[in-house]
Amino acid sequence: MNVTGSGFSVQGLKVAVQGVGAVSPAGWGVESLYEAWKKGVPLPAGQVARPGWEKPMAVRNLPPPPTRPAFLAHPRLRRATAIGQHTVAAALEAMGTDLEQIQAGAIRPGIIVCVLSGAVNYSRRFYEETLRDPATASPLLFPETVFNSSASHLAAFLGVTAINYTLVGDDGTFLQGLALAADWLAEGRVDACVVVGAEENDWILSDALRLFQRDAIHAAGAGAIYLKKDSGTAELAAITDPVLLTQSETREAAVQKVRDQLPSAPASEWFLSDRVKLIFGEAFTASAAWQCVLACESIRRKEMSAANVSVSGTNQQAIGARFSV
Amino acid sequence: MLFPLKKTAATNRVVVTGAGIITALGNGWRVNADGFRAGKTAFRPVTLFDVSRQRVKIAAEIDLPADFPETKLNHFHRLGRASRMLLLAAHEAWTQSRWQAAPGIPVVLGTTSGEMALGETYLRQAIESPKKFRSQPSRVEHYQVQRQGLDVCNAFGFSGPITTISNACASGANAIGHAFELVRSGRAERALAGGYDALCQLTFAGFDSLQALSTQPCRPFDANRDGLSLGEGAAVVTLESLDSAQRRGAEILGEIAAYGAATDTHHLTQPHPQGDAALASMSAACAMANLTPGQINYINAHGTATSQNDATEAAAINRWAGAEAGKIFVSSTKAGIGHLLGAAGAVESVICLMALREQFLPPQTSLATKDPACGFQVVSHPTNRRVDTVLSNSFGFGGANATLIFRRWL
Repeated sequence: MNVTGSGFSVQGLKVAVQGVGAVSPAGWGVESLYEAWKKGVPLPAGQVARPGWEKPMAVRNLPPPPTRPAFLAHPRLRRATAIGQHTVAAALEAMGTDLEQIQAGAIRPGIIVCVLSGAVNYSRRFYEETLRDPATASPLLFPETVFNSSASHLAAFLGVTAINYTLVGDDGTFLQGLALAADWLAEGRVDACVVVGAEENDWILSDALRLFQRDAIHAAGAGAIYLKKDSGTAELAAITDPVLLTQSETREAAVQKVRDQLPSAPASEWFLSDRVKLIFGEAFTASAAWQCVLACESIRRKEMSAANVSVSGTNQQAIGARFSV
Repeated sequence: MLFPLKKTAATNRVVVTGAGIITALGNGWRVNADGFRAGKTAFRPVTLFDVSRQRVKIAAEIDLPADFPETKLNHFHRLGRASRMLLLAAHEAWTQSRWQAAPGIPVVLGTTSGEMALGETYLRQAIESPKKFRSQPSRVEHYQVQRQGLDVCNAFGFSGPITTISNACASGANAIGHAFELVRSGRAERALAGGYDALCQLTFAGFDSLQALSTQPCRPFDANRDGLSLGEGAAVVTLESLDSAQRRGAEILGEIAAYGAATDTHHLTQPHPQGDAALASMSAACAMANLTPGQINYINAHGTATSQNDATEAAAINRWAGAEAGKIFVSSTKAGIGHLLGAAGAVESVICLMALREQFLPPQTSLATKDPACGFQVVSHPTNRRVDTVLSNSFGFGGANATLIFRRWL
């Protein structure tokens, strides 16, 4: 390792995965995510009603947590959105035993929360109230609709005043978030950084998704990766340049350009968007986070020494990552 | 590759070589600079959506130009209001910078709502006519925030990457700050950055539901202020290393000297009463620029004109400047164009560049009685004055605090 404390000399910077976290339709925790992945069977879908339609739409919700998460007792989280709860649950699992030091101020972590849809349930409800009568729309709902409400709640729960970004974009935004975290670590802006990809369900999202992918099932949840400069269970080896899905770039060509930037690997060491979405559902930034969490978990379990992640986003970009021992 | 990080030996100086702006004062640098120099205001009754059942009925709406400059974008007719504002600002900045399309120019944007009005229309149709799908796919596509970044890349023929930061009302400042860091660190030689937000019913009703809006044009730092006014707009800047700008012989509009950011964990919508995070953000920026408060000639304040924001910001500036506070000139240009939310930090950055280039302090002519909590001077009349260093504050819901410092380029 050769990291200087000032300026931006980052030759040989090693960024370690210190922990991972997940909440998904498979359950609360990485263990359930990993088990479902190993089984490789699409999880059962629930139903969500859509106004004006007799037939409900399929959706993958989170099962109830085994016990009520203790963090829900925090004043900021009692009325928080589902996406806020997913964000905090995944982040806390990823931070693991560092949590106590973070809350004591001994570790100063950055927070990066990545979303595509954000707090769409509260947004839809608030706008429906506005349409009925703006004079009585609830002031309790509106503040939670901002994209960065989840990141704000996480910072408040942790008592962290360091830099905190919410990035909005398609699935690949989570991988951009990992690269940004590495930047902050290199600059010495933070001692650690948690990167979360999080989404929530609402009928309007399932309704919109069906316009583009008729058989896709929308899903909720979050994945988190906690990074530090010292050694961990896996190392962040690479984040590719993203290839934008511009007017002149086809999706297939973009994905190939991304894969060409990563070392070759057997099929079993590739964590692809399609397979994750088949099993868990379409959860955009959370899906990409689950891909990375599964890659890191496979390395931690010594099932492989390196893993490639290839993310083909909904409409912004293709991007890839590599994790290694 | 985004990682491993590019090896760099030293930090770059970062300069602005293009700036585009659209507000309710007009489209482009000239009309806006003249308006801000004179302290014009641009509030009027809202026409974009029904406000008959709202407590507040005014905002700073933009009259979008009928003609749009030619670009490489092939679906301009599908774009919503926010995208059009963003592209107008980007076009002005891009043209002024004389950049040519090239691979790997980062785009960093800030917004709170993206193209929310399209989302509103989608939801209304999904409820009222659930089995009619006409135009719905296009609304979903163009509603999404990343689509606006892609439109910028497509319009000018370059390939990103795109990063969109949504840190509420600090988004635009965070976006420029992040782009500044990319160039400063050598990760990119140049970057296009900005912020945009259009008025929409959801946001208007939201702030009205919080009783945060004033029924009359807002009066930042006034003892009798009673809330904010909303506006809309966009601003874009082209940033590049000083080496790059000088090599090209580019005209330099100003230098970005520093960026600071901090998080306020006090409350989702209310700042810490003593402005701890604002103080941290300003202090971090000054430390990076190696400047003392006494060396800052002008502060473009966040200054929303809500009771809490302005009290907090005043407390933070007083604490930060200490004995120097009385010498510092402060104003909030939201008095003229309203609060532009995710665009605010970017638009106010361009206003700071105007102040530096054209040597004036933007007044807030609606100020009647200065809040005695302000230990600094609030600019209330058009003022021509030497300006070498300016600071811009942006604070947002969720506790996002960001500060940028700009230097005059001679």
